[in-house]
Amino acid sequence: MTTQVNGLDSLALRADDMATQNNSENLTADKHQDVEVLETIGENILENPKFSTRNVNVFYGEKQAIFDASLDIGQNEVIALIGPSGCGKSTYLRALNRMNDTIDSCRVSGQLKLDGEDIYDKKMDPVLLRARVGMVFQKPNPFPKSIYDNVAYGPRIHGLAKNSTDLDEIVITSLERAGLFNEVKDRLTAPGTGLSGGQQQRLCIARTIAVSPEVILMDEPASALDPIATAIIEELIDELRENYTIAIVTHSMQQAARVSQRTAYFHLGKLVEVGETNLIFTNPRHQLTENYITGKFG
Amino acid sequence: MNNTETVKNSLKKRYAREKRFQLYGRMAVWTGFIFLAILLFDIITKATPAFQATEIFLDIPLDPVTLELQADTQLDEETLRAIDYAGLIKKSLRQAFPEVKKRKDKKLLYKLVSSGAEFKLRDMVINNPQLIGNKPLSLWVLADDDVDTFYKLETVTSRIKEQQIGFIDKLKQDDRIRTSFNTTFFTHSDSREPEQAGIRGALMGSFWTLLVTLLISLPVGIAAAVYLEEFAPQNKFTDFIEININNLAAVPSIVFGLLGLAVFINFFGIPRSAPLIGGLVLSLMTLPTIIISSRAALKSVPPSIKEAALGLGASHMQTVFHHVLPLAMPGILTGAIIGMAQALGETAPLLMIGMVAFIVDVPGGFLDSATVLPVQIYLWSDSPERAFTALTAATILVLLGFLAVMNAIAIYLRKHFERRW
Repeated sequence: MTTQVNGLDSLALRADDMATQNNSENLTADKHQDVEVLETIGENILENPKFSTRNVNVFYGEKQAIFDASLDIGQNEVIALIGPSGCGKSTYLRALNRMNDTIDSCRVSGQLKLDGEDIYDKKMDPVLLRARVGMVFQKPNPFPKSIYDNVAYGPRIHGLAKNSTDLDEIVITSLERAGLFNEVKDRLTAPGTGLSGGQQQRLCIARTIAVSPEVILMDEPASALDPIATAIIEELIDELRENYTIAIVTHSMQQAARVSQRTAYFHLGKLVEVGETNLIFTNPRHQLTENYITGKFG
Repeated sequence: MNNTETVKNSLKKRYAREKRFQLYGRMAVWTGFIFLAILLFDIITKATPAFQATEIFLDIPLDPVTLELQADTQLDEETLRAIDYAGLIKKSLRQAFPEVKKRKDKKLLYKLVSSGAEFKLRDMVINNPQLIGNKPLSLWVLADDDVDTFYKLETVTSRIKEQQIGFIDKLKQDDRIRTSFNTTFFTHSDSREPEQAGIRGALMGSFWTLLVTLLISLPVGIAAAVYLEEFAPQNKFTDFIEININNLAAVPSIVFGLLGLAVFINFFGIPRSAPLIGGLVLSLMTLPTIIISSRAALKSVPPSIKEAALGLGASHMQTVFHHVLPLAMPGILTGAIIGMAQALGETAPLLMIGMVAFIVDVPGGFLDSATVLPVQIYLWSDSPERAFTALTAATILVLLGFLAVMNAIAIYLRKHFERRW
């Protein structure tokens, strides 16, 4: 309840701010420059984490996108990564399952460990890693295949099903968990691309959980969806928390407040503040965090 | 004057400019269309006579006395082959025109019938010796090309003599001359005699050559495109290769012919004139087209699909072969078919490797001497006999027909396999 009030508060603050924006624009820009991020404030280090990252730097060619970020992600928690556009939150997320490997110019340094194993170690196979750390993307991207084949693809390539009944079961449970089964049970052979945007995104989530990953990374999963579809996805995230660790990047502070237990605020490639979600939104410790959640910029 | 006035005043001029531009565009389209129509009309009118052949009805005497056969002679193939069939045809012509006495006129009379008639008769008798008997054999035989041209087009040329016109008139009165569908055109190969010339050899030559081209250029082209687009590291060397592939697409085709001559024939000793060498040369020519269009098709597959597969833990190879390649396939096939259509119409490089020879046999494989449709057109367009004009045009029509079919297949494939994502 508190979090919701908070979301509304910040909205109101933002509206107030809009009115005076013309006057305060220069002031905000100055504030932006003045506040130097020296080190991360808050509880970024956990005991016994699922993911543990220390001093992560990510470069795109010459340009550095992430500066010395150290963050732990706990078992079965939902952590929200928030921050203004271009702050590096998606880049950080994509470093966690080595999706950045596909970009030639991208380099990652620092220590990233999943259950104590270094994921950038030579011995770590990115294919195996991505089977353990699934990803849901910003834009729903079902394969141009049937709904069934979309979900069955992961289990098939990894050989997770012994026979077709096994596979059927995996597909059905995954769809059920993604809250999509009842809507599509009569048309599993219909193309996945024919579903509505929200259904497509839930199909993508079903596809991801069909591989039974340990962690699910979500890169703004609801940004292309309408409010109703967004609400369904958010409910789903809450249910998935029982079995999975989830890191979600979001532009919407209300969404972060609704779905996450912890929130990390990124600013210009630096991890500024990490803390319990309701504390971050009610009592931000860093000036930049406060500016962002009160809508002074973003 | 306020702004509204200024805008209003300029409107007329702006609309006029737009109208003028549309007019230019329409004129351009119509010019192209008219040229195409003229071309097609010309080819079709010239080609129509080639699909009809003039035939003359003969009663050929096949009694043993005329054949100078003894009663006890075995009718084996050797004996049958030795019969003077040309003489029989001449005799039947003399019987049909008993009033012709002069030696000179007789010669003209004999010229009414195609020189191929005696072979047709010979084959008939060898295949069926029972034909020999007192009853004469009634047979439609091909007319000579000059007679054919005169009869079909009803134009008098210097090639046809006055006496012959008289003969033809008499044949017409007796209903002994007719035109029928020219099957020879589709069943025979090249010949010096237009009435006996056909495109079967060139058609089969084109088939074998294109088969070789397809078998080489499609797998090599797709493999090269997939590797360059999806796997190759981005460095100076791959850039260099890329530039060179683009340049190869612009190399004049005759250069590929020279290359084929130097490398495949002189160095590797592949028999010249064979569809194998033609196919190899045309593969070299089509490869850049296929590689470039395939790469464009691969590039157009949205990266989100690739990311989805990678994110599920598919390997790079699985991502490419399960998702990227199937989605790019319509584009790749379209490019390949357009490349093949180009190869089908290509003449210049084949001239360099000996596929321009006069070949009478229908090629039965990759290594038989052969020619192809466009080269056949080139050869016939050069021949002095008037009847070859029609054959040339008819062959062009056949070639255009094949090109149209291939392009239609390309469009069908694109539409059929196109998927939305």
